[in-house]
Amino acid sequence: MLLASLLDLSRLQFALTAMFHWLFVPLTIGLGFIIAIMETYYVRTDNKFWKRTAKFWMKIFAINFAIGVATGIILEFQFGTNWSNYSWFVGDIFGAPLAIEGIFAFFLESTFFAIMFFGWNKVSKKAHLLSTWLVAFGTILSALWILIANAWMQYPIGMEFNPDTARNEMIDFWAIVTSPIALNKFIHTVTNCFVIASVVVIGISSWYLLRKREDEFARRSIRIASVFGLISLIIVIWSGDGSAYHVAKKQPMKLAAMEGMYRSQVGTPIVAFGILNPNKNISQLETDSLAYALEEPYLINISIPQGLSLLVDRKLNTFVPGIEDIIEGGYTYIDGDGNEQVAMPVRERMKKGKIALESLAMYKKAKEAGDEEGKEMALSLLKENYPHFGYGFIEKPTDIVPNVPITFYSFHIMVILGGFFILLFGLTIYLDRKELLTRFKWFHILAIVSIPLVYICTQAGWVVSEVGRQPWTIQDILTSNASLSGVSSSTVLTTVIMFFVLFSILLAAELTILFKVIKKGPGA
Amino acid sequence: MLYTLQHYWWLVVSLLAALLVFLMFVQGGQSLLFGIVKSEKEKTLLINALGHKWELTFTTLVTFGGGIFASFPLYYSTSFGGAYWLWMAILFLFIVQAVSFEYRGKAGNLLGSRTYEIFLFLNGFLGSLLLGVAVGSFFTGGSFLMDKMNITDLNLQVISQWTNPWHGLELITVPFNLLMGIVVYLAARTLGLLYVIKRIDSDTIVPKAKTQLKVTGVAFVLGFVGLLIALFTMTGYSVNVENGIISPVKYKYFFNMTHLIWPAVMLIVGVVLVLIGIGSALFSKGKYSFFVTGGGVVLAVWSILICAAFNNTAFFVSNVNIQQSLTLYNSSSSEFTLKIMFYASLFIPFVIAYITYVWKALSKTKISEEDLDRPDSHKY
Repeated sequence: MLLASLLDLSRLQFALTAMFHWLFVPLTIGLGFIIAIMETYYVRTDNKFWKRTAKFWMKIFAINFAIGVATGIILEFQFGTNWSNYSWFVGDIFGAPLAIEGIFAFFLESTFFAIMFFGWNKVSKKAHLLSTWLVAFGTILSALWILIANAWMQYPIGMEFNPDTARNEMIDFWAIVTSPIALNKFIHTVTNCFVIASVVVIGISSWYLLRKREDEFARRSIRIASVFGLISLIIVIWSGDGSAYHVAKKQPMKLAAMEGMYRSQVGTPIVAFGILNPNKNISQLETDSLAYALEEPYLINISIPQGLSLLVDRKLNTFVPGIEDIIEGGYTYIDGDGNEQVAMPVRERMKKGKIALESLAMYKKAKEAGDEEGKEMALSLLKENYPHFGYGFIEKPTDIVPNVPITFYSFHIMVILGGFFILLFGLTIYLDRKELLTRFKWFHILAIVSIPLVYICTQAGWVVSEVGRQPWTIQDILTSNASLSGVSSSTVLTTVIMFFVLFSILLAAELTILFKVIKKGPGA
Repeated sequence: MLYTLQHYWWLVVSLLAALLVFLMFVQGGQSLLFGIVKSEKEKTLLINALGHKWELTFTTLVTFGGGIFASFPLYYSTSFGGAYWLWMAILFLFIVQAVSFEYRGKAGNLLGSRTYEIFLFLNGFLGSLLLGVAVGSFFTGGSFLMDKMNITDLNLQVISQWTNPWHGLELITVPFNLLMGIVVYLAARTLGLLYVIKRIDSDTIVPKAKTQLKVTGVAFVLGFVGLLIALFTMTGYSVNVENGIISPVKYKYFFNMTHLIWPAVMLIVGVVLVLIGIGSALFSKGKYSFFVTGGGVVLAVWSILICAAFNNTAFFVSNVNIQQSLTLYNSSSSEFTLKIMFYASLFIPFVIAYITYVWKALSKTKISEEDLDRPDSHKY
């Protein structure tokens, strides 16, 4: 069976729940702000039109919010149910942002959500507006903490391994919170949510224009969404560039997979458009290296010379390592402290990882035997080799390569769609300025079709981030395989099926409700 | 310092659990769906009255999860990863709740209103029962083995392993857990009835709720007394702080109460408040019955949970190898993390303050069928 292993099934379950969660949450985050802007217009102008408009988008918000909440709790609990080793091994660091998210963000959202929806006649206009802004603010605060946690997994800092508790412990909270990767991820993700909501608002409004209904509502909604969307998208692209820079420094293998790049060169090009050769399979490197070497990496490759070097290092002649380069090591790179280093072959790191694991076991034995000298020796070996700890779980060097086609295509789909949305927002603003929004059917259809596209784009982004960082749950420290719970694969298969069935039903229900609400329109 | 922080954090997470039981009046209210309300209008009224608050309960559950992950990650790892099916069952019951309020009354909801009502009922009854069972396992333990150093063994790797194939479902068959589940459900239902009496303006629902309260309230009080008897006569496990060795102690939880005293005072005050609350609702107008009973429930649950871990008690016992049981000392986060979290927890009173403000702002008048027809109200 294709999905027999516990690891595959646990990953599938996490991917399923996370991707499902991410269908609803970004719209909630983005729409919260658009609604708040609309309600602000209402409070400032006292024009009932804006109240009606804001309330319509609130209906869409509420339908999404419920299912976002429902799927969010699964993600939190799943760290315990399916990744129990992980929960202990890094829970000292990872649990804190989750708890803080609960205390600071979730209560803010859920409390003021009540005023937003049930408080129209019970609190003053200004108090209501404040509540709407607080809900919007709560959604991004929640995003902030969960993204700090996620960024830490990709770039673990501010911690130290404690051999007595056999886990990593936090030593610098601010380093974790202010990690440049966390900040970048936060900006990239939240502005991405704004883009999604903007595209959804433009798409739904265009449907009304296509049907020649709700003309004023649609045009004014589009005006807000297109400007908000374009500004947000510019920030998305800027932070995406920053993200590539960080990935190159901290997760070079992810970057190599994103580019489908097996061998690199000084002045590394970037693939603008490419189709991978499906016969190029990295696991052959160890089993049939000749057949592997004969296969070209791409069937089609249109690339920009020196583009990747420029992107990740702002220099034309930087060497950005490919997959094989990373496995073999030997190239020079600049580390986080600005020092020149020679990359260590993966085999070497695997040896050191095994030493780290063995020295931890030795430490335990020496401690039980009361052997102080043995303890000291084991500890010093452990410290020396700890940066390679996770490699101790790796069986063969090619295991550190993520799924190249999935990472490559997801990345390029994301980038291409990102480009498309610039055109969409630009076009929308242009048509609005020229008062042509209502005229072209093709534009309305294009805007409607853009709704599924924007979801494909954002999901692809998360696939790059999460598939691309495999096999690590914590970069270089813990593999996905070593993070698992002690449950059987058949148990996880059962819950995967249950989640899938439940999610499919809920999604179908959500969409039919949404369509009905849209059909009724803001006048209802 | 670590010792103090470990105890502080147990106080915080058990307070969250106690608040959760109080806020599960929403679940208790949902369990009334096929009881005291008959017509569609009545159902809608009940669901809307509860719907204004469901997210608060849900958020408390999520924060309890996050809080225990951050402060006692080994519990999170051992119990969630081990008692897999129990937690999954709870999860599924809460997933269906979250969508049901919003989707039930909407056109195009695919499954029909009744399905969502069944979801709400199941969440109300089974959800609270199973959460009670999970709480019960703080006293009865579970079938697990735990060794943090397993991470170094490439053939084994898993730190904690549940040793029976039921993965937590068997916890339901432990009489004490089941009793705890039933009592938690009865507490939720009692509070649900009190909430209905306080919040809803209806000549048909409120009298029925008062009649129901007599049965449910008495059953809750009797069940709770039974639970206390079982708790105080059972054997608990004590941990030696010096060497970590765990040993059985007869009447451990009773001794925890009498040794510490203050949890016993909390428990007595809690019980008295619960009795006053229920009594005032039955025999007088009972304007404050809901909050008085709720406060009593919080105090009582909190004191019991404190006794699960304080006074050097193992709070999650391994029934396979008691030396691998979880205590405050071997399962907590590091001193540094607990300290950071301590600072974060200082904001909790601020959070409670704005929740109270919003609760008050939205509850100035009772909710009636007429309210639901107002054009400006968001209706579930």
